[in-house]
Amino acid sequence: MHDHLLSLLIWLPIASGVVVLLLGDRNIVAGRWFALAASLATLALCVPLVLGFSSHTAAMQFVQKAAWIPRFHAHYGLGVDGISMPLVVLTAFMTVPVIIAGWQVITNRPAQYFAAFLIMEGLMNGVFSATDALLFYFFWEAMLIPMFLIIGIWGGPRRVYATIKFFLYTFLGSVFMLAALIYLYLKAGSYSIAAFQALPLTLVEQRWIFAAFLLAFAVKVPMWPVHTWLPDAHVEAPTGGSVILAAIMLKMGGYGFLRFSLPIVPDACRQLDGLMITLSLIAIIYIGFVALVQQDMKKLIAYSSIAHMGIVTLGVFLVYAIVASSGTTLDAGMGLDGAMVQMVSHGLISGALFLCVGVLYDRMHSRQIADYGGVVNTMPIFAGFMVLFALANTGLPGTSGFVGEFLVILASFKASFWYAALAALTLILAAGYTLWLVKRVVFGPIGNDHVAQLTDLNGREFLILGVLAVAVLLLGVWPEPLLKVMEPSIQHLVTQAAATKIPV
Amino acid sequence: MNPHLLIAIPLAPLIAAVIAGLFGKRIGRAASHTLTIAGVAIACALSLYVLKQLYWGGVSSFNGPVYTWAVSDGVHIQVGFLIDRLTVLMMSVVTFVSLCVHVYTIGYMSDDPGYTRFFSYISLFTFSMLMLVMANNFMQLFFGWEAVGMVSYLLIGFWYTRPSAIFANLKAFIVNRVGDFGFVIGIAALFSFTHSLSYTTAFAAAPHLAQLQLPVFGGVNALTLICVCLFIGAMGKSAQVPLHVWLPDSMEGPTPISALIHAATMVTAGIFMVARMSPLFEYSSAALSFVLVIGATTAFFMGILGVINNDIKRVIAYSTLSQLGYMTAALGASAYNAAIFHLMTHAFFKALLFLAAGSVIIGMHHEQDMRKMGGLGKYMPITAVTCWIGGLALVAAPFFSGFYSKDAIIEAIGLSHRWGSTYAYWCVLLGAFVTSLYTFRLLFMTFHGEERFRKVHAEHGDDHGHEAHGGVHEPHESPWVVTVPLIALAIPSLLIGYFTVGTVLYGNYFGSAIKVLPAHNVIGRLAAHYHGPLALALHSFVTAPFWLAVAGFVTAWLFVLKRPDLADAAAVKFGWLKRILDQKYYFDWFNEQVIARFSRALGLGLWKAGDQAIIDGALVNGTAATVGWFGSVVRRVQSGYLYSYAFWIVIGLATLLGWFLVHA
Repeated sequence: MHDHLLSLLIWLPIASGVVVLLLGDRNIVAGRWFALAASLATLALCVPLVLGFSSHTAAMQFVQKAAWIPRFHAHYGLGVDGISMPLVVLTAFMTVPVIIAGWQVITNRPAQYFAAFLIMEGLMNGVFSATDALLFYFFWEAMLIPMFLIIGIWGGPRRVYATIKFFLYTFLGSVFMLAALIYLYLKAGSYSIAAFQALPLTLVEQRWIFAAFLLAFAVKVPMWPVHTWLPDAHVEAPTGGSVILAAIMLKMGGYGFLRFSLPIVPDACRQLDGLMITLSLIAIIYIGFVALVQQDMKKLIAYSSIAHMGIVTLGVFLVYAIVASSGTTLDAGMGLDGAMVQMVSHGLISGALFLCVGVLYDRMHSRQIADYGGVVNTMPIFAGFMVLFALANTGLPGTSGFVGEFLVILASFKASFWYAALAALTLILAAGYTLWLVKRVVFGPIGNDHVAQLTDLNGREFLILGVLAVAVLLLGVWPEPLLKVMEPSIQHLVTQAAATKIPV
Repeated sequence: MNPHLLIAIPLAPLIAAVIAGLFGKRIGRAASHTLTIAGVAIACALSLYVLKQLYWGGVSSFNGPVYTWAVSDGVHIQVGFLIDRLTVLMMSVVTFVSLCVHVYTIGYMSDDPGYTRFFSYISLFTFSMLMLVMANNFMQLFFGWEAVGMVSYLLIGFWYTRPSAIFANLKAFIVNRVGDFGFVIGIAALFSFTHSLSYTTAFAAAPHLAQLQLPVFGGVNALTLICVCLFIGAMGKSAQVPLHVWLPDSMEGPTPISALIHAATMVTAGIFMVARMSPLFEYSSAALSFVLVIGATTAFFMGILGVINNDIKRVIAYSTLSQLGYMTAALGASAYNAAIFHLMTHAFFKALLFLAAGSVIIGMHHEQDMRKMGGLGKYMPITAVTCWIGGLALVAAPFFSGFYSKDAIIEAIGLSHRWGSTYAYWCVLLGAFVTSLYTFRLLFMTFHGEERFRKVHAEHGDDHGHEAHGGVHEPHESPWVVTVPLIALAIPSLLIGYFTVGTVLYGNYFGSAIKVLPAHNVIGRLAAHYHGPLALALHSFVTAPFWLAVAGFVTAWLFVLKRPDLADAAAVKFGWLKRILDQKYYFDWFNEQVIARFSRALGLGLWKAGDQAIIDGALVNGTAATVGWFGSVVRRVQSGYLYSYAFWIVIGLATLLGWFLVHA
């Protein structure tokens, strides 16, 4: 089973999605249960994945390789290491609450809705576990289609603008990546990512490839200034779409930097790390201020996501500055550790926050902060969850939000005092925009008659938020299991990033 | 020492808090308060046991891990405890005061719908503070640091329907975060040099760090930068100027939390941290000067605000600011043990004062304005007497606990030769007068003189024509759950200074837990002249602080009891001064009108101009528009009319032919 575990993780949800589609809206009761069972089965598949995973090696594990398109030396190659395995688990974990969250809420074409998310799940797992660049690209682009449909069909009033913006933006970036991948294929004679990583490249080549990767990954993350598609997409997307978008899809950008940019073009990264760090710090500070003034809850959380992903990209590109300032790779891995933990943690927290907004939206059909006030009076249990996730979003120790931020800030001082000082501003800004949101929405006297009639969480909602709350706290109190899994791969990545690939 | 026993100390209140918080409704009010009180009582008993072991039992201090929180890049970040005499003193004070507050809460919050939630919060607070105090590394310190901030956020906003409360808690959290911003940079700086987060490593590296320069701000000493950054964190938690603004507003929370936050926990965190870090601070005189000046400024100028306030809780809040300033100034003068000693005595008498104020508030049926009180001593004798004990301790009346700690601070600063010590000395010396003035003003306005509540109620009745059933609510003494904690706190407020000054302050109680370089050892020089608590108290009758306190007493008596009209006349005469004081030196104004407004304007500007106009408007949609425009131009060529195509074919053919003919 180990040989096919990753294939199962990809194709089980996709096949189940097709089944749900075939069952159709008429058998939606069966379809929903089937969808839930499929997402749970996929999550169950993560158990042997985690248990069978060896945290003593940086090598790819659960490897599977078969010829795919022999003409182009493209393989159906799968495998996970310490960087991708946690992201696969995160994907499987976050799909379950999304399915449950849509349970009674989605009445328009529900079969297609659940099918879309299952297919998404499979494709996302494919992105994280592909060891062949063409296969990676296939999943990477295929993933856009279900998300495009999710926003376009179940989205809000401006969904058409949002979907087109989302699609064109991300697609534009990806096309340049495809060009870079083809170039690398021509030089390496194979689409294997490992071959790309071993390929010597001149600095000029590296710079071009870096730029192409940057376009693809920066849009996905998203980094300032190519971030404007995200708030629009989030605002229009249905709750489940927002959750997957924030929790998993944004991580693809960070994953791309780790899997492609750093090991394939290390010298270009070294040369341009100042640019990357600057963009990350802009994301943290500029976007922090923008988040402060948002009137729409979803937009606020979307901007908060961009700022938090700024911590991720900062952590990723700190490696070079640390090596440059200290002359050793000591502590260089800490920034990467922080980036990875932050990705997982942000997946949980932003997902939970979007679910919280979804809970309110299902009742009030408004995302405007001004329409709320004093929700705690009528929904005390919900308020408890919302405050918890909000505090986690501010990076409170004891929650997962703290771990990544803390590690990245620790590492950043090693690189430069100013990086640390600017990055640490997130402490103040995140507290400002998140808790001001909480103050206006959750606390205070009952704002209006609609709020007065709200009913607290039902069992389904309680279950989802409860599970996420436990995960957020667990990861905050004891992040070591996650770090341990990552450690060899991160160390390997540091070696790769610190090496030079310029042929002599 | 048994590590399991140590783990039980923070865990007992945590477990109680979690059960009361999650299942409070199910298990009921009595079970909730019994459980949380039992949790804190266990923690208190165990802390006292550890204190006994460490001091009399000859047991050496404990420094060990509990579990490995994370290993990142070979750095082991652990949750662990450092239990020495400094720690255990704090643990005992924290848990004892917390226990009193827990018991008191039964009475104070008896008719509040959030009863079980409140118990859960204050137990969680105790847990957080214990984690902070017991930490042996910076990660855990920061955990406790932020956790007390988080619980104070929940507690200040406990009455979440009050707009003023939810404003105050947001403000408290954000201001604390400004401090934490500095704190985390300090931790990161220390880490970048020592490659470790453990105290031991940091302390060992201090002399070396004092020799390093960092190329920021045109070259700055590494250790000075670290210490100043850490101290900025302390300024947030311990409410030092200019990060003090959250503390007076936090009075919006229920009174028991004031006793907890402002006496024994949270605000003492900063003081404790600097004392804990004395092996670092000792090597940076520049940082200590900074600490000294900030502390002295807070001590004097915040005390003055206590004089003009009429809200009984806010007067005590300003008093807290001022007393924290004393402690901070003591730290700055390298008199760490004096700071901790004052922290301890202050914890008792300040908790007492807050709880007594709460008792008055209950007795007055939720009235906090001292102008509507007066003459309450007759109705609430236990509250009045205990409050007087707390007040006398606060003004450093000889023999009371506060006397031994505060006098030592004033004298230590007087002996210090650190830059800024002259200014600091005058601040803390004159502060003695200010302290005395606001304290006696509070006592007189509340417990003595005219029974103004009768007048208020009478006027109230006239205004609304309810004489028939209006009448005066007679103030009444509070129930035993309120008065017992008052008495329990009054005893140490009175005695603890007398009995421990020889050990904690002038003896060698702290041993190696606090490090003072011989050249800075002002307390050591004071100790040379120490001949027992009795002699110290008798000697005080010929010192300046005593007579300044007496002057404060007389002034308060004159202005409150003898000639109340003088106060009004002074307010008119010094209108400009009163305006500045009423505006609290314009700190709040600056924060709200300048900083907050600027942040929102900046955010709006970046959003509207940056995101919407430039990035989205010009670049993104601009690209789309350009493509669209280009398409619309090109489309004209593709008109679909055959004659048009034929025309263009002919033109094209002609052009090409012409070109070939010319070039052939």
